[in-house]
Parts: sequence; structure tokens; C-alpha cells
Amino acid sequence: MTDRSQSCGGSCGCKPEAETVDESRRGFLAGAAAAGATVLAPGVTLYAYGTAEAAAAGADPKKRWGLLIDVSKCVEGCTGCVTACQTENGWKTTGKPATDPQWIRKVTLRDPKSGATRSAPVMCQHCAEPPCADVCPTGASFKRADGIVLVDRHRCIGCRYCMMACPYKARSFVHEALEDQKPHAPRGMGTVEGCTLCVHRVDKGVAPACVEACAQTAGAIMFGDIADPKSEISKVIATYATMQIRGDLGVDPGVRYRNL
Amino acid sequence: MANVVYTECRGGQRFWTLFAGLVVLVMIGAVSALYMEHEGHIVTGMSNEIVWGLPHVFAVFLIVIASGVLNIASLGSVFGEMHYKPKARLSGVLAITFLVGGLAILVLDLGRPDRLTVAMTNYNFRSIFAWNVILYSGFIGVVIAYLVVQMTKAWVKFTPYVGLAAFLWRLTLTTGTGSIFGFLMARSPYASAVLAPLFIAMSLAYGLAVFILIRLALETSASRALGEELLQRLMRLLVIFIGSVLYFSGVFHFTSIYTAWRVDWEAYLLLDGGLYSLLFWGVYVLVGTLIPMAMLYGRTGVTRQREILATVMVLLGGFAHIYVIIIGGQAYPLKLFPGYEVTSSFNDGVVARYVPSLPELGLGLGGAALALAMAMMAMRLFRLLPKGNGESYGTAP
Amino acid sequence: MSERSSLERLLLVVSLLVMTVLAGIIGAHAGEVPLPAVPKATAGSCVAPPEVMRRSHMSMLQHGRDLSVRQGERIDGGRLTGCVNCHAVSDGKGGAVTVSSPQHFCRACHDYAAVKIDCFECHASRPEQAPKASDASPDVPASAHAALADYAKEIAR
Repeated sequence: MTDRSQSCGGSCGCKPEAETVDESRRGFLAGAAAAGATVLAPGVTLYAYGTAEAAAAGADPKKRWGLLIDVSKCVEGCTGCVTACQTENGWKTTGKPATDPQWIRKVTLRDPKSGATRSAPVMCQHCAEPPCADVCPTGASFKRADGIVLVDRHRCIGCRYCMMACPYKARSFVHEALEDQKPHAPRGMGTVEGCTLCVHRVDKGVAPACVEACAQTAGAIMFGDIADPKSEISKVIATYATMQIRGDLGVDPGVRYRNL
Repeated sequence: MANVVYTECRGGQRFWTLFAGLVVLVMIGAVSALYMEHEGHIVTGMSNEIVWGLPHVFAVFLIVIASGVLNIASLGSVFGEMHYKPKARLSGVLAITFLVGGLAILVLDLGRPDRLTVAMTNYNFRSIFAWNVILYSGFIGVVIAYLVVQMTKAWVKFTPYVGLAAFLWRLTLTTGTGSIFGFLMARSPYASAVLAPLFIAMSLAYGLAVFILIRLALETSASRALGEELLQRLMRLLVIFIGSVLYFSGVFHFTSIYTAWRVDWEAYLLLDGGLYSLLFWGVYVLVGTLIPMAMLYGRTGVTRQREILATVMVLLGGFAHIYVIIIGGQAYPLKLFPGYEVTSSFNDGVVARYVPSLPELGLGLGGAALALAMAMMAMRLFRLLPKGNGESYGTAP
Repeated sequence: MSERSSLERLLLVVSLLVMTVLAGIIGAHAGEVPLPAVPKATAGSCVAPPEVMRRSHMSMLQHGRDLSVRQGERIDGGRLTGCVNCHAVSDGKGGAVTVSSPQHFCRACHDYAAVKIDCFECHASRPEQAPKASDASPDVPASAHAALADYAKEIAR
């Protein structure tokens, strides 16, 4: 709140700058967004969103990006979303789950009474009231104006308090030195990381990698603006009962689950 | 006050041998920290599940001791117990050095200790951690002021006021330390405001225990006699303090048992926790609390050996207690889907494993050694200790 | 402790300090470190003249990083990514060198100036695709170029 750049993401501070973006740049970005839309998989164009103006202006405080995961469609044993995330963001597992990066994981649930099993991916839940951002001493953990929760690695000192505070085990600490990271997904030893909701794609008007991968197989993950009642995702949320993991904590996750 | 003469420690072979030993430990700690920073935390036992490990147990232990050890000084200048007054200087110095030792561990365990300036220039005031940065550095400032007014003749009259400020500051500081864990609402082993008073009780008990041990060590090695009656009082106080830790710990666990979503954590810790149950019941409750109480409570003519043994046991129990709170609390799995049996590739639903590594132990011991070495240096350089029998109970004003 | 012994100690400390400084001055002259050989960029002109870049690249990057990370205001081709792509140095095997090589563009100067670079602890230090040595077409689009150049002018003022 004393943080200049964070308040800048709000409604007042940055607006003028966004409007003074020179025309050539805006025009160029419009082209980029259009180009992005054409490469989308057929299932994903459904959730295409945003405008060139929005992309040029950065994170839009009127939006709140979220996911809806239909657990009944999620296939047990399928790790398509996890693999897609790894490829997109350049993280690998080495067979040591406790110290490996864990941006997204598949969880299998078994109801001990009926014996029924379900399966669902769990990643950063992009809370409206993120406990990680509350506890972060330097403000490195923060929520963007459009609801995406990120770690600003320029400020992260690696204290891991956010990992203590996260109710979802959604954050991991980079335990080993890295080389050849993806240019769009910087990550480095001694800092904390987690699902970014593929913010580099979202800013270009493209859905996250896990959503795109799942759309080609099960179609269990939906992406969109949950603050806009007219968006596809909001219509589904309005029609069917959905739940949030540990919704009792009041952190209001942006990731919702259906048929759980 | 006027008839108490303070002098420096004279040094001597035993003094410097011990000091050299501590310096070696500090160097081991520094090498451990460099190794951890260079190789990454992969060389430690810490993981994405046990994110805070043995170094943090050491650090919290030292920080809790730092605020508690100041109480000896507070007894003199805040509560008017004049017999404790001659000990105020040593008490203040120990408060600073133990805090510095603990903070050194915390800082060197960071993933990016080189970015300490970032932590000092970017504050998120919603974070209790950021507040603690201010509380800790402020504590050092207040205690230095406290020492200066005590040691400057013209300013001695301000001692009660600065002493009161230091006392209030240390209460706030320990509340802040306890709140680091108390504010973790998603984790059933924490998420309780009782942790703050529990940490204050711990600081009183373990701070006093450290003070007694150091004071007794000085008695034998630096021939600074300790009044027998005063020591008796300190031991009685220690019994009361470890009793209050047990009380708050009891309140903490009983409230947890009454909370439906936390009861299975209590069942785990108190019954099926393996090492953690053993550390809790065996080391903390039995060795660290009940036995020392039995050894000291209501007894007269307790031998020095027995006093030392009991005090060491209290500290051992305290360390085990903090280990159980920090490590055991993280080892117990987070419950994302209540009512379901959960499995995943990231150990969901499984108790996390933690085996401390040598660099972690090195870093922790290095921090503790730093605290003691700095205290020894201070005793050598400044007039902290009363000469001869100056502080014995009978002759104090 | 007599007055004299503390004076002696003070003198010792001061003379040690003086010796250290002298050793540094003499050492720096004796070394005669050669000027860095700065590798050529793969594309045409930079977003600003070299003298502006030399002085201000760090503030340009810092300004840009907060916009990208915190506000989501990105420019196509990326800010640091744009620099890395354009200034890639071929490793002679069809790829580009990483920052672990002294030939790396950033290192050439930073080694000389003895300034630690923190960027590549997290950021990729070479392009994802190998640089085409023959192909001199800039990867940074004109609009991004213009945006950065504007900021460079702002700083220069």
C-alpha cells in the first residue's frame, strides 16, 4: 500500500501513462494480439479474450483472471497439463519431489466411505486475498491488478515465509543452480516461484499452457475473466455449483473446481 | 549502586582458549553459509515442505533467549529489585549478542542473502516479518541506549525510563516472533494467538537459564563470586518460568484439541508422531520441565552441580520444544481436501521427511558461538561485571 | 592499558590501512588491464547511442522490469530479452554463448568494470533460438525500439 508500483497498478496512478502510449506502439501490439489468436488451438479460441488496448495498458484492474476445473472431465493418470507447464516454463522434475519445482501437480482424491476416486490439478490458486503476499516482507509476492499472483524475483530474498503461509503447497523454492531458462519465464536459485497463470501468454492474449494442452484432450480446464459476468467462464460458474479449495479460509481463490 | 565497582574481565588462558574455540565454531558457521549459498539449498535437509529447518530452530531459540535474558536487567530497573541491578549490564549485552547471533543465522539462510539491502529498502507493512526487521533492529538500539545510560554517570537517572522502554520493546519483540507462526492460518499446527504468550514464557525461561549458566561459568573461571541467596532466587524464578511455559503449551494444545480441523494434528503430535512425540513428551515435558522442577522446587541446599544440570536440561527441553513447533508443525501435511484420502507426486497427505544436514548444524552452532564470542569480547572490553563480591546479595544496597 | 599502548595500536591500524590503499593503487597500475573487446550486435543500431546505453542501460532495464512484472506492460520482443537476442555472441558451434563465457556481451564490460551482473541468476543469458550470424535483421520490432529509445531520451535529459 506504501508500495509505489503496486498502487500504480490500481485505478488511478497508471491510467494516464497507459493512455499516452504512442500510436505506433498500440498499432503494433494490436497486430501481435491478432497474430496470437490465430495460433490458438480450436478449443481455446472459445476463451479468447482481451483487446489490443488492454494488452498495451498492462494488467487491467477491471478483470480478474481465473480457472475453472471440471473434475469429472479430468482423466486420472493424465498429466498433460503438468507436462505442458513444464515445457512452457522450462522446469523439470529430477525424481526428488520434495525439492523439485512444483508449479502444478495432479492430486488423486479417494473418498474413504464410497471408495470413489477423483483426480484434479492443483496449482497457485491466485487468491483475491493471497496469504503469500500478506506475509512477504519485501512485497516480492504480490497480486497484479488483474488478480494474477506472482513473485517479483527482483525483490525476493528467499526467506520462504510465503511457502509457510500458502494453504495449497503451490510455491516452490529453487534449490539448485539453473541455466538456460526460458526467456519469458525467468527463474533462479535462491528465490521462490510458482504458477504464473502463464502471465507472459495472458498479456499477449493467449490462454495458459495447461488450458491449451487440456483443451486438446479432456477439455477440463477453462480460463477467463471471472469478474466479467458475460465471459464464458462466468456463465458456467453462474449455472453450476463450483467450489474453491479451502474456501473456508476466506482467501477467495481465483481457481474454481466443479463436480468435486 | 554507588558502592558497586565494575571491571573488565582480565582474560587469561582459559578465557582465550574458550574464545578461540568459539571463533573456530563461528568460522565453521561461515563456511557452512557460504557452501549453502554457493550450492543452493539442495545441500541442506530443507525442502519445499520443510521450508524452515534446523537453522531456524537455532535462530528462534537464540532470539527468544535474547529477549528473555534482558529480564534480569528489567527486574532491577523496572521492578525495583535492587539485588539484580549489578547484573543489568551483562544482561543487556547478552540480549544484544544473542539477537545478533540469531539474526545472523536467519540472514545467512536466506536464498539470496546478498539482497539484504532489498529487505531493508522494501517494506510490506502487512507482513509481520517486515515488522520484525524493525522490532529487531530497534531492540538493539534501545538496549544500547539502556547500557549507555547505565554506564554514564550523568545519565544514570534516566535508567528507569530507558529500562521500561526496553522491557516493553522486548515484550513486543517476542510477540512478533510468536506471531510469525501464529499468523499462519492455513496450517493446523500453528494458527493460534496463544503462540505469542507461549513465546514470551519461553523467552523468560530460556533467557534466564542462559543467564544463570553464563553467570555460573564466570564464577568459576573469572572468580566473580555469585551470592548464594541470589542464585537461590534465580533458581526459584526458573521453576516458575518453566511452569508458565508448560501452562501456555498446555493451553495451546487443549484449544487445538477442541478445534475439529486441528484435532488430528494434535493426535499426531501427542500420540503417533514418532520422533516429534518423543521430543515433545520425553525431552521437552519430562527432561526439560518436570525433572528440573522436581530437582529444584521447594528445596534448600541444592548443590551447584545439580543447579547446573537442571538448567542445562531446561535449555535442552526448550530446544526440543522449538524443534517440535517449527519442524514438526511443517512435517504434518496440509489438508487441502478435508474428508478425502489424498495422493500426489508432491507428497500430498504424507508426513514430510526431514533430516538435518551438517551445514545446517554448522550454521546454527556458528550463530550460537557468535553470540557467546561477542559477549566474551564485550566482557573483555567493557566494565560489565561487578568486582569481587560486589554483587552478592548481602552487600547490595 | 597505558595511553601509549593504545596509541601504538592506532598507529598500527592506520599504517595497515595506508599500505592496503597503496597496494591497490600500485596493483592497478601494474596490471594494465586491457580494454574490453565488446562484441558486435547481430542487428543494426541499438535503441539509443552507445554513450547513452553505457551510462543508462541499468536504469532502462530497471524501469522496464517493474513495468513488465508489476504492471504487465510489456513490449514485444521483450526488454532484457530484446537485448540478449540482439547481442548474442556465437559460440562457433551454431549456438550462442551463455553468461558463463567471458565472451558474453554483458560480461565483456562487466568483467572489466568489476561489476557483478545479477540479471542472469534468473534470466536466460542467450536467445532461445541460436543466433543467425549471417542474418542481420533485428529481432526487436520498430515499435519496441521506439518505446525504449523514448525512455533513453528521457533519461539522457
